[in-house]
Amino acid sequence: MSATSPRPRVGLRLPTKWVTIILFLLPALALYVLFVLVPVVQAAHYSLYKWNGLQPLTDFVGLKNYVTAFSSDTFKTAVSNNLLIIVLSLALQIPFSLSLAVLLNRRFPGRAIFRLIFFLPYVLSEAITGVVFTLLLQPGALVDSSLNGVGLGGLVQDWLGDAGFVMITLFIIISWKYFGFHMILLMAGLQGIPREIEEAALVDGAGRWQAFRHITLPLLGPTLRVSVFLSMIGAIQLFDMVWVMTGGGPVGASNTMAIAMFKAGYKTSQLGYGSALAVILFAFGLVLALAYQRLVLRRDIEGAVTAFNG
Amino acid sequence: MGMTTSARGNLSASSTGRQTVGLARPSLSGGVRYAILIFVASVILVPIGYAILGGFKTNGQLVGDPVSVIPSPWVLSNYTDVMFGANGAVFWREAANSLIIAVVAVTATVGLGSLAAFVFARIVFRGREAMYMLFTFGLLFPSAVAILPLYILVRQIGLEGNLLGVALPEAAFALPLTIIILRPFFRSIPLELEDAAKIDGCSAFGFFWRVLLPLARPAIATVSVLAIVGTWNAFMLPLILLNGADQWTLPLGVMNFSTQYVSDQARILAFTVVAIVPAVLFYAVAERQIVSGLTAGSVKG
Repeated sequence: MSATSPRPRVGLRLPTKWVTIILFLLPALALYVLFVLVPVVQAAHYSLYKWNGLQPLTDFVGLKNYVTAFSSDTFKTAVSNNLLIIVLSLALQIPFSLSLAVLLNRRFPGRAIFRLIFFLPYVLSEAITGVVFTLLLQPGALVDSSLNGVGLGGLVQDWLGDAGFVMITLFIIISWKYFGFHMILLMAGLQGIPREIEEAALVDGAGRWQAFRHITLPLLGPTLRVSVFLSMIGAIQLFDMVWVMTGGGPVGASNTMAIAMFKAGYKTSQLGYGSALAVILFAFGLVLALAYQRLVLRRDIEGAVTAFNG
Repeated sequence: MGMTTSARGNLSASSTGRQTVGLARPSLSGGVRYAILIFVASVILVPIGYAILGGFKTNGQLVGDPVSVIPSPWVLSNYTDVMFGANGAVFWREAANSLIIAVVAVTATVGLGSLAAFVFARIVFRGREAMYMLFTFGLLFPSAVAILPLYILVRQIGLEGNLLGVALPEAAFALPLTIIILRPFFRSIPLELEDAAKIDGCSAFGFFWRVLLPLARPAIATVSVLAIVGTWNAFMLPLILLNGADQWTLPLGVMNFSTQYVSDQARILAFTVVAIVPAVLFYAVAERQIVSGLTAGSVKG
């Protein structure tokens, strides 16, 4: 690439340097370009064709696949489901995680055990988690009988079968799996804030809530933004758990963008259309990423990125 | 600290009234805190416990009385069946597939990623930051985007239905994270060490291998652990790229098992439990690395 700058200033070391760079960097770069970057570019290319993945790529249709996507009610539902999960995560899951992080942010007996338990679901596979909860949520199974048992029978729903409620159910299970992760991030952030600052505010007569709101929360800003960003990126590519638990049903009520893409591209071999959905998904990700870049100092990124699990 | 009494008065008025440790941060009383924490912990543990105990029940017990906790009588046959009996071959094959993919993917991503991170951390060259941004870019968009073309690509290069066809893309997707975590660690190792190694006749690779890697062991452990969790739990990629039951990994296997034995809940639970045992054991051993890896960067903010 840039091996064309033969400045002999450093004498003999220059060729050695470039040999080292090439030998060390090329394998990783090749793997990354071949399996990550090229497919993304190809998705953009395929999205302009009507294609079943087998014949040669000849049936150029321009932006028709995109038009189809944006006029498809199925896809609109999928997009709004992704957005719903984002909104619910920001409104409920992250505040919940933050509350627990605050609760655990001081020494007391049992603290380590609670942390261990809350974070445990993060290491379980989404698919396997989905299988277990599907069983628990069957009509009359553990969840229903427990609610009935404690006199909350009125809350019982057709958890996965009610088109109006299925996304709420999925959101609860997503939160079950991921709140511990956000809690851990936020705990780490809280530990980076010197106690003295908040104590000084309290001494100066600030109320407990005021001190939290005006001192702790702003100082926690960078970590919170990381948490928010990861939560949104996770929400727009939601797939595993939904596929296992509902397959996007009932009648498309729990479709997400990734589910719609998978169904179109893989299940019904409309690879052109599926690729268009992938590009739209990409566009959502890009908007989030750019917004994040703008809003956030560069030092956040290394943290943001540390939790991404592909 | 030495504050007037009026300030103290304010403080106690606005706090919960418990002021045992003077300036201690006002907080929920211990009892309320424990009540909340125990409630949340039980919401986490009950489904897992239900699965474990449910595997020891008969379907009759599960359906007839879903709430009673302790199996009576205890039934071992679900677990023995899924591990050693009728479904044993399936379970061990899927576990082996998961293991092979994880080992190949983690080796590739940690091996290649640390070489690349070494270049990004310690060699100054034109275009370095641009190249580094190219890798970080990979983290900022959803991986699902690449999946359909990957399906075509893997078919084209003859890796369809091959475990390698899943392991290599998984390694590629894990590379950005690996490089981003390793670079600052590699950077923090003093230049003097590098100079000394060079004077002693160490090549660049010699320095990397004999000095840098041993010193960066905690960071290497962190990225390995994160890559293991990621590949072990991967679902969408194997779902698309593997085409036969012979190659399925555990998450695919569990999903399939649950549809195949849809009326045999106890057996599904037993299979699910044995399938998550490796992840839970791994968590018990590596919790510290997982947590430190995930929080590595965000704490600095």
